[in-house]
Amino acid sequence: MEEKRTYDIAELKKYKKRSMLSEVWRNYKKSPSAMVGLVIVILLIVITVAAQFMYVFNEDIVYNDLKNRLLSPSAEHWFGTDQYGRDVFVRIIYGAKYSLSVGIVSVMIACGLGMCLGLVAGYYGGIVENIILRFCEIFIGIPTILMGVALMSAFGQGLGVLMLAIGLVYTPLFARTTRAAVLPVRDAEYIEAAKIAGCSDLEIMFKHVLPNSLSPIIVQATMGVASGILTASSLSFLGLGVPIPTPEWGAMLSEGRELIRDYSYLTLFPGLAIMTTVLSFNLMGDGLRDALDPKLKQ
Amino acid sequence: MGRYVIKRLLMMIPVLICVSFVVYFLMDLAPGDIIASMAPPDATPEQIELMREELGMNGTVFHRYFRYLKGLLRLDLGQSLSQKRPVADIFFERLPRTMELAFGSIFVALLIAIPLGIAAATHHRTWLDGVSMTTSMIGVSMPNFWFGLLLIIAFSLHHKWFPSYGADLGLKSLVLPAITLGTEQAGTLTRITRSSMLEVIRQDYLRTARAKGVSEKMVIRKHALKNALIPILTVLGSTLGNAFGGAVTTEAIFAWPGVGRLTVMAVNSRDPNLACGCIIMFSLLLNVTLLVVDIAYAYVDPRIKAHYAK
Repeated sequence: MEEKRTYDIAELKKYKKRSMLSEVWRNYKKSPSAMVGLVIVILLIVITVAAQFMYVFNEDIVYNDLKNRLLSPSAEHWFGTDQYGRDVFVRIIYGAKYSLSVGIVSVMIACGLGMCLGLVAGYYGGIVENIILRFCEIFIGIPTILMGVALMSAFGQGLGVLMLAIGLVYTPLFARTTRAAVLPVRDAEYIEAAKIAGCSDLEIMFKHVLPNSLSPIIVQATMGVASGILTASSLSFLGLGVPIPTPEWGAMLSEGRELIRDYSYLTLFPGLAIMTTVLSFNLMGDGLRDALDPKLKQ
Repeated sequence: MGRYVIKRLLMMIPVLICVSFVVYFLMDLAPGDIIASMAPPDATPEQIELMREELGMNGTVFHRYFRYLKGLLRLDLGQSLSQKRPVADIFFERLPRTMELAFGSIFVALLIAIPLGIAAATHHRTWLDGVSMTTSMIGVSMPNFWFGLLLIIAFSLHHKWFPSYGADLGLKSLVLPAITLGTEQAGTLTRITRSSMLEVIRQDYLRTARAKGVSEKMVIRKHALKNALIPILTVLGSTLGNAFGGAVTTEAIFAWPGVGRLTVMAVNSRDPNLACGCIIMFSLLLNVTLLVVDIAYAYVDPRIKAHYAK
């Protein structure tokens, strides 16, 4: 008898392990497009890390080799060479780290700030909520790209500023998403129970409310990486992002644009790189949304 | 209804004042002194100071901002320092071009999104659905300045069908910029049309309509689409509002003489009045567009009209 009981608990533990995360993964696996997105993202990260070991910035990325300038794509130079004779393929692979890091870090900034604002707004309600929402409204009323332009010119060019600027621009979106997700949780009975048990507000917010309203935020964050990369490359394209000769994709596109008439491959490949990256994050976000909330799936 | 509109219009005032505050202070943080760069190279510091006073740019940033705000409350957007003309004149000179582009792009977007979205919803879980969802996802993910450049390569360098820059040839100049911006907007619109139609298509009243012998075409067009319109209108409103100011990259590629590029120029030349004026006007346009959309809801859905009347 005693033995059977322990067996039951072991069985129960097995079920518990398969809960949230594996459930989401099981649902996520079902979507082929989401899996394509995930595979590309993993591949991109692997390539980015490998490129940092394979190439040296001063020797392979920024150098002049005027003998080999503007060569068409060939077996030796897969994506051709640019006006300084630099290999476009190598530059694109090496440059992946700028786009990826801007996308990911800016989302971390936006998500961190926005989540706190949204949590406070949703949890406390009343005048606090009103102030935070109005504040978000002001920033959502300014087109993203123009706000980016204003922030970049105020704080100067550079990778860190770019991350911060995009993070700030997207903060109100995360605040709104978090607040909307918190609202239905706020009045749940288990929150009431936590209050009665004597948990502090901070504890309730971060331990009980947040974990239960995380799904839309995760989806927003994945999609946010995609739009962050797009905004960053737009700013670089306008000459306000990462300063040249950094091989940021938007900046490379902008450089190639001057030679668009005769050397269109110089604009083609960086654009394709941006599109593939953004697309894969969007596919992942789409898949995650369906996996996290199967009810939404249509 | 009238009271609702007035309330919304009044609520825009504090929002716009806050926008002006944020942008004015950001512009002040930017390095570089426009007055010093405007002065002749041999000007003494006293002369520069005098110029600053003449242009109303003396004092701390707070002084300057309150002077600016005082003008703003009298609906005066001030003088542009770099162009030495009233900001309002410069803005409204260029606004029609931006409007053309915004409406042109929305037209292209609707032309793509509505049929594609409806087809995806009515052929749910078929290859057609897959194709339309993949296309719309690519549309959302594509950097639109890149797509614009591809269009230039194909249709103005290879085939000389459309001009690659400027707005001098009327409708012909508008085609490529409108397609560039429109395809970007179409992505989101297609997805929202599809999901909104899917929601409606399962309703009982559609079954009733079919049961009483209404043709499938009419069911979709009259019964389903009309009821699916509200989410589509919402997205359409914010897309249009953003197109007024957010088309910066499209305007940059096609050298389109619109206000988006004007704003970037103003920010780059450290012209606080012009930059602030433009961004305030965008914010106003966006808010008015959203209000118009909210009013449009009332006409689409009588239930919402009753809610406004309260």
